[in-house]
Amino acid sequence: MEEQVAGYVADQQIPSRPAPAGEKGIVQVVRKNLFATPTDTVLSVVFGVFAAWLIWSILSWAVFDATFFGGDREACLTPGEGESEGACWAFVGAKFSQFMYGSYPIDLRWRPNLVAIVFALLVAGAAIPSIPFKSLNTWLLFGVFPIFALVMLTGAGFDVSGGFTAFLMLVAAITAYLLYGDDAGGLAAWPAKIALIGLIACFALIVMSSLDTGTIRFAGITFTIWSVLACLSALVSAVAIAVGMAQRAGVQIWRPVVPVVVAAFIAVLLAEDYGLRPVSTNLWGGLMLTLIVAVTGIAASLPLGILLALGRQSDMPAIRTVCIIFIEFWRGVPLITVLFMAAFMLPLLMPSGVSFNQLLRALVGVALFSAAYMAEVIRGGLQAIPKGQYEGAASLGLSYWQSMRMIILPQALKLVIPGIVNTFIGLFKDTSLVYIIGLADLLGTVRRGFSDPNWITPSTAATGLVFAGFVFWLFCFGMSRYSQFVERRLDTGYKR
Amino acid sequence: MKKYLIAGLAGVASLTIAGTSAVAQEEEKNMAASSSTLGSVQSAGELRCGVNTGLPGFASQNDAGEWQGLDVDYCKAIAAAILGDATKVSYTPLSAVQRFPALQNNEVDVLARNTTWTMDRDTKLGLTFGGVNYYDGQGFMVRKEIDVSSAKELDGATVCVQSGTTTELNLTDYFNKEGMSYNPVVIESQDNVNQAYESGRCDVLTTDASGLYGTRLELADPDAHVVLPEIISKEPLGPAVRQGDDTWANIVQWVHFALLNAEELGVTQDNVEEMKGSEDPSIRRLLGAEGNFGQTLGLENDWAAKAIAAVGNYGEIFDRNVGAGSPLGIDRGLNKLWTDGGVQYAPPIR
Repeated sequence: MEEQVAGYVADQQIPSRPAPAGEKGIVQVVRKNLFATPTDTVLSVVFGVFAAWLIWSILSWAVFDATFFGGDREACLTPGEGESEGACWAFVGAKFSQFMYGSYPIDLRWRPNLVAIVFALLVAGAAIPSIPFKSLNTWLLFGVFPIFALVMLTGAGFDVSGGFTAFLMLVAAITAYLLYGDDAGGLAAWPAKIALIGLIACFALIVMSSLDTGTIRFAGITFTIWSVLACLSALVSAVAIAVGMAQRAGVQIWRPVVPVVVAAFIAVLLAEDYGLRPVSTNLWGGLMLTLIVAVTGIAASLPLGILLALGRQSDMPAIRTVCIIFIEFWRGVPLITVLFMAAFMLPLLMPSGVSFNQLLRALVGVALFSAAYMAEVIRGGLQAIPKGQYEGAASLGLSYWQSMRMIILPQALKLVIPGIVNTFIGLFKDTSLVYIIGLADLLGTVRRGFSDPNWITPSTAATGLVFAGFVFWLFCFGMSRYSQFVERRLDTGYKR
Repeated sequence: MKKYLIAGLAGVASLTIAGTSAVAQEEEKNMAASSSTLGSVQSAGELRCGVNTGLPGFASQNDAGEWQGLDVDYCKAIAAAILGDATKVSYTPLSAVQRFPALQNNEVDVLARNTTWTMDRDTKLGLTFGGVNYYDGQGFMVRKEIDVSSAKELDGATVCVQSGTTTELNLTDYFNKEGMSYNPVVIESQDNVNQAYESGRCDVLTTDASGLYGTRLELADPDAHVVLPEIISKEPLGPAVRQGDDTWANIVQWVHFALLNAEELGVTQDNVEEMKGSEDPSIRRLLGAEGNFGQTLGLENDWAAKAIAAVGNYGEIFDRNVGAGSPLGIDRGLNKLWTDGGVQYAPPIR
């Protein structure tokens, strides 16, 4: 059989021959894609001419007719009749450091620089998969870095009151109770509860009484008797929980004490004088302020959003109602209104002579606002998880938090990465709204530059806005690309 | 567990509110210690001044980020008179809606933000104005080529104006009063009004005179346009303080008067030291070489000398920021001293 076939069937693969001359190379690509039919040809020519004209106009504005150097407006004024106006990059050059730092004192700008470098390193460490020490890095980024940045940027040495310290410790004690109260079974739970109630009572006394019962200074903080008692009972409650846990084997009993000690430590750190000159927040501005507002908003909105999304799906009516009201309130109000309320209404509601930091008000407003949006994005992810996953987690005997942490959230969050990053990008751009309450973010600083009489020219405004737009684009595009990378990396089960 | 969780969350919520008010209360105690504005400025060693977020010639930041402008110089003068140092000012840039709440909520000590002195603001809003540091008003800008030297020659002109403002009403009133006709081009935003003028849709652009000079610089060829001398409305701009602290209001007012008197008496930033030895009793009283005028304000006797040494007299401030010495090149007009035909007039120091 084989001999008969061998005569006319090739016994080896015929090498493929090169494509005919008209069907290969750049000529073929152009002909096939741009000039295949008469309609294509017309469209290609029209849009080609338009694109060329557009590129030429942009280039001549941004490069050929532009002024790159110069000390004041004279440099950017058109030299003669008939010549078109180009960009005034000299304006951006002269104001560049203001665009970056606002009015932050020039001799102290190493501080925001240092913060930016540390932040970049930590974010790179957290974001690039091949870099080791992920958990240490995460602790540094979310635990240590915020305090470090706060101290470096403001100069610390805050006038921390005993009441504030007690407040921090109280929040920590309640957190510890909620997290570990169940583990401290039986009788030992009672001292914890009693200490907590005592703590709340002491705190109420600090708030309500103006009783001057003498003051104690400790570690730079001025305590009244009541705030000392409040701090002590916070510690007692945490220790009581720890003691209760000690009755059960295999539990790390130091855990409930940690939040309270950390809270006290934070108060001491903020009160400490590091010899850094204080810089008031009304001097902050430029890209620095944009990043501070955006990063704070992003960092606060994700965890808050997760909690709100879980709360909205909770079986407990009180929590569900609170979360729904919160989300619907903040989603229903424009951000400008929120900022206006924070800037103008809040002071009117406060007792006379009391003022909160303007930046802090804006930060809280932005964080709560974006948390509500984030909650809805994450709820979308939660709803996409099949019921079987919840039931499977329950049948393994996992508690609610365990099943959320290990089964549900990892899947849900992965699904909604585009939505989360979308919210982040929206938030980043929304930060420029703080301009209306007198904070000069990047865009605000650029716009303030327009009113310098030494730089008013016909092209100043356009140049400044193009620059601001470019910087915003850099950051948003960067976030977008990174999210696509993360999506691809985590795209394990839903590939299409 | 469930009910504890709810109770805990409710507790956290109520304590957050309580905590903030506790912090607030302690701040309030600190405030009460220095109830007078002068006292709080002196103890803080810093004047908190509310300025415009950016108005060419009145308040803007230069390349080094330092604030400059006519209103800013008033902040510096007041700081110099009180603290002896013009750099001891903390500037709070304020938008138009922010300015009065900021002053009322004690976020600034003085509002030097091109604010028009009106009866409503003086009475209902509880402000006290410390004089008029710039007499502004609605003016007209035209192209030089149409060869008009007075607003009275504008009969039949096409006028670009912003809609829904007092500017539009003033325009109507003025042309009716003068018995002239005009074609209004009414546009929503001031930026678009300016563009319409530049593209030649109208012969005349009208808005406040200080704004006209700023707009002129944004035109392709500023020298081809001229601001006409007529001012058809009253917009007296001046520094404002909270009502109810007369000592403080006096200081702001008399710093302004001192700067005007200095110009009238020929005292400048350069010659203020030698002028202290002058024979003229009015100069000697102004500069604190004679009398106790500073002490009656609660300041040192050379208060005015320190203010003048820091920023110069009124004429110098005007010239440097908005006048001939600046890119704006605003004509002094009404802001000339009364001796030169303007309306800037200060009571004497004696």
